[in-house]
Amino acid sequence: MADTIYALSSGRPPAAISVIRVSGPAAHVAGERIAGSLPDARTAAVRELRHPESGELLDEALVLRFDFPASSTGENIVELQCHGGRAVIDSLLAALGSMEGLREAQPGEFTRRAFENGRIDLTEAEGLADLIEAETESQRKAALMLAEGGLRKQIAVWQDRLLGLSAQAERAIDYDEEDEGVDPALVRGCAELAAELRSWLGRPRVEPLKDGVRVVVAGPPNAGKSSLLNAIAGQERAIVTDLPGTTRDHIEVPLSLGGIPILLTDTAGLRPTNDMVEAIGVSRAEALVQGADILLWLGEPVEAPNHPQLIRLHSKADVRGEAPEDLLAVSSVTREGIPRLLEDVTARAKALLPSEDALALNRRQAAHVAEAAQALDGPVDDIVIIAENLRLARVAFDRLTGRAGVEDVLDALFGRFCLGK
Amino acid sequence: MHDVLVIGAGHAGCEAAAAAARRGARVGLLTFRAEDAGQMSCNPSIGGVGKGHLVRELDVFDGLMARAADRAAIHRRMLNRSKGPAVWGPRVQADRKLYRATVADLLRESGAEVIVCEALNLAIENGRIAGIETSDGIMPCRAVVIATGTFLDARMFVGEQVIEGGRLAERASIPLAHQIREIGLGQGRLKTGTPPRLDGRTIDWARLEEQPSDVDEWNMSTLDDGVRWPQLRCAITRTGEYTHEIIAANFDRSPLFAGAIEGRGPRYCPSIEDKVKRFANRDAHQIFLEPEGLDNPLVYPNGISTSLPSDVQVAFVRSIAGLECVDIVRPGYAVEYEFVDPRKLNGTLEVRELSGLFLAGQINGTTGYEEAAAQGLVAGLNAAAVALDKDEVRFDRRSSYMGVMIDDLTVQGVSEPYRMMTARAEYRLSLRADNAMSRLGDAALAADCLSGRRRRAIEEHLSLRSSPDWGTTGEGRADALYAPYVARQEREWEVVQRDSHVWIPNSLDYTAIPGLSNEMVERLTTARPETLDQASRIPGVTPAALSALYVAASRRAAA
Repeated sequence: MADTIYALSSGRPPAAISVIRVSGPAAHVAGERIAGSLPDARTAAVRELRHPESGELLDEALVLRFDFPASSTGENIVELQCHGGRAVIDSLLAALGSMEGLREAQPGEFTRRAFENGRIDLTEAEGLADLIEAETESQRKAALMLAEGGLRKQIAVWQDRLLGLSAQAERAIDYDEEDEGVDPALVRGCAELAAELRSWLGRPRVEPLKDGVRVVVAGPPNAGKSSLLNAIAGQERAIVTDLPGTTRDHIEVPLSLGGIPILLTDTAGLRPTNDMVEAIGVSRAEALVQGADILLWLGEPVEAPNHPQLIRLHSKADVRGEAPEDLLAVSSVTREGIPRLLEDVTARAKALLPSEDALALNRRQAAHVAEAAQALDGPVDDIVIIAENLRLARVAFDRLTGRAGVEDVLDALFGRFCLGK
Repeated sequence: MHDVLVIGAGHAGCEAAAAAARRGARVGLLTFRAEDAGQMSCNPSIGGVGKGHLVRELDVFDGLMARAADRAAIHRRMLNRSKGPAVWGPRVQADRKLYRATVADLLRESGAEVIVCEALNLAIENGRIAGIETSDGIMPCRAVVIATGTFLDARMFVGEQVIEGGRLAERASIPLAHQIREIGLGQGRLKTGTPPRLDGRTIDWARLEEQPSDVDEWNMSTLDDGVRWPQLRCAITRTGEYTHEIIAANFDRSPLFAGAIEGRGPRYCPSIEDKVKRFANRDAHQIFLEPEGLDNPLVYPNGISTSLPSDVQVAFVRSIAGLECVDIVRPGYAVEYEFVDPRKLNGTLEVRELSGLFLAGQINGTTGYEEAAAQGLVAGLNAAAVALDKDEVRFDRRSSYMGVMIDDLTVQGVSEPYRMMTARAEYRLSLRADNAMSRLGDAALAADCLSGRRRRAIEEHLSLRSSPDWGTTGEGRADALYAPYVARQEREWEVVQRDSHVWIPNSLDYTAIPGLSNEMVERLTTARPETLDQASRIPGVTPAALSALYVAASRRAAA
């Protein structure tokens, strides 16, 4: 039998109202001990919340009750909508923790229970995880669509088409007495589905939306990278000195530019070095440049790394003067060029993000869709091989929805919650 | 005293008896009539796509079917020859009389004793099989294989006429059916059918498209007994719109549509009235005219099984090209029979709740000689294992169609007669009819059920595989053709193996797993999967339920 878990489910206090959720077989008993009595299932009532041992009044709160299995986790749930002061919350959590059989929930545990209890499927669980992590408006919208099962519905449509094609191939193998060649309609059907999957794979992914578009500032030491980052972020995030090589590891600043999540990253200056610590920083910087969605280069224009989204900057414009052609002059001191730079970054970032009303795939999902698309692009002259490739595509979708390789999928999914969120 | 008693001498029963005897058991084979052993009660052919694969696998274990088919073959055809070698389906037409005689010979050679009597009741002591109460008295034994086919409480339908019995002019096993229901094995009723038999001398062959036997010589069995009969031709004809009109006008006289038959028939082998009703837009259905024997004028019209009244059968058959003047020697009929829920069996076909009792063949909800025979082999080998305290012989989905079938039956159960198709095998590219010996040779040697001749043949074949000439053999070339795909399947199989290692305890209470819906609880409780991998193959079980199950099972394992 599962134990009963509780946690503060709303944002960090202080806030006007906070929500504490208790889920598990003992949730109702715990709720009764703290609130005196519980309302009917799926209704709310105001109750005085008291410590179960001392009887001390802790808060007056709106109490909701949900009964197994009709709840978000599929278990008995009690929700306490209490006042959002830190002291109130701490005392309520302490009161819950004092009860036998109750323990504080681990990160992601409510979602995990909802998934395990069949309340949501894997793609919906991923959407919920994103929703919890969502910080900007567009992230929230995309996550919400996923959580509402938008992707699941799309996958079901693909699976249906695949099944139809498979059935066609299987019939030809097991029942076609005429022993003819491969039906062109089958070949066409596979090609059409493959093309559709490829067009989905060509769309922007969900990761930049979730983790932010990675904007990396790079260049040789003392090119003014940290100053630029600070000028953009508007605060002293990176340590700035005139000493070359001060930034030995990278510094990340999450920003929101026009509602778009940006992860602005400052890197160690790129130069050959004998300092071991600095060398590690340099090699990390090189990796970050590789993984950048947008690269801001502050060094010599000719030395700029090859990158599809490269913005070459003429930094320290206040002391170095006029920018050569094609380069944007910026100054962290006078803020010259900074607004234009931000505009440019925002425009480029926007193109890298899935549009707000479109479903987007994350990396895990895209890998499986790519597998399916690749299988469908196989040879077309041998019905047995076609059938095998259709089967492989079906298996890829099974993995996508969590039907196959159960352990792998769970590990991949729930691993993400254990990052202190 | 016998070690193993087998009830029923059809394809499943004969294989079971012979297999148990080959493992060294003293075997008795109980039948209503001795001359019926190995009778082909429906079509006179053995093999086909998927089915031929089963026959080749049986052969590796020294089963009877492949050799009997070769020794009775009067027409051979390798189906699907234009497609890849993975789905080639060897199929022979067998002379009914020769086939039966060969099976009787092979059975005698195996040492199994044929006993004519009726099995009335199972004798059960301390929760395990102790013997059989027969019409001749009690026969004690250590293990029983029930292979009664369609004979359990069977009813035959020819139009409005209902006759008790599993085959024309034969009896049904009624007391045994009662007991099987009592011990909680019964599940429901299924139906199957057979077409009218025609007098070949009244068919206008000259008007029909010929289907000759294959020119190249191939055998079902690796052991060539050297028997060669003249090869006959089959012919192809078609129903026409007029035929369909006659059938449609008499739907109300069909027991199928009048509601007299409650059992479900095979979707894959529907009766002609079913075809006319369900595919009303098709104006013709193919019929293969297959000779039943060398000195026998009977012809089996494959494709028009029916339970319509005799006069309607005469009318619609005579509306078919080439059959205008044909004489029907025996009318077609439908058989409705009782079957058990194979989910009550484990992978050796032993009843989980009753040690020593094995079930094989059509009683488990399958259709077809080959499916029956393959189950007979598995049940026979394992009944001997129980009786003589030898090792179990199990088959898996990765290495045999037999494994696919037994896994399908025992995990998913049946809702309509189960027929083997290559589509059921996810590892189809490795499970070819031409590589059965390579796949199963080692397992067969280990099972200790082979003649010296077979043993040598397998050892030679396995050593040939490592010779430099292997790539030039047909099997070697097919191996190379599929190698990249097979390698990928190998990786897939490893994942399955991992999920197979998550054992679900037999005692797991599904209702206690939080949040499993009632539907999931019901599906899982009836199927009682042994591993997470099996659970993933139960129809309708959702990914979310699998995860819950996984978590519950691993929690139990950790505790």
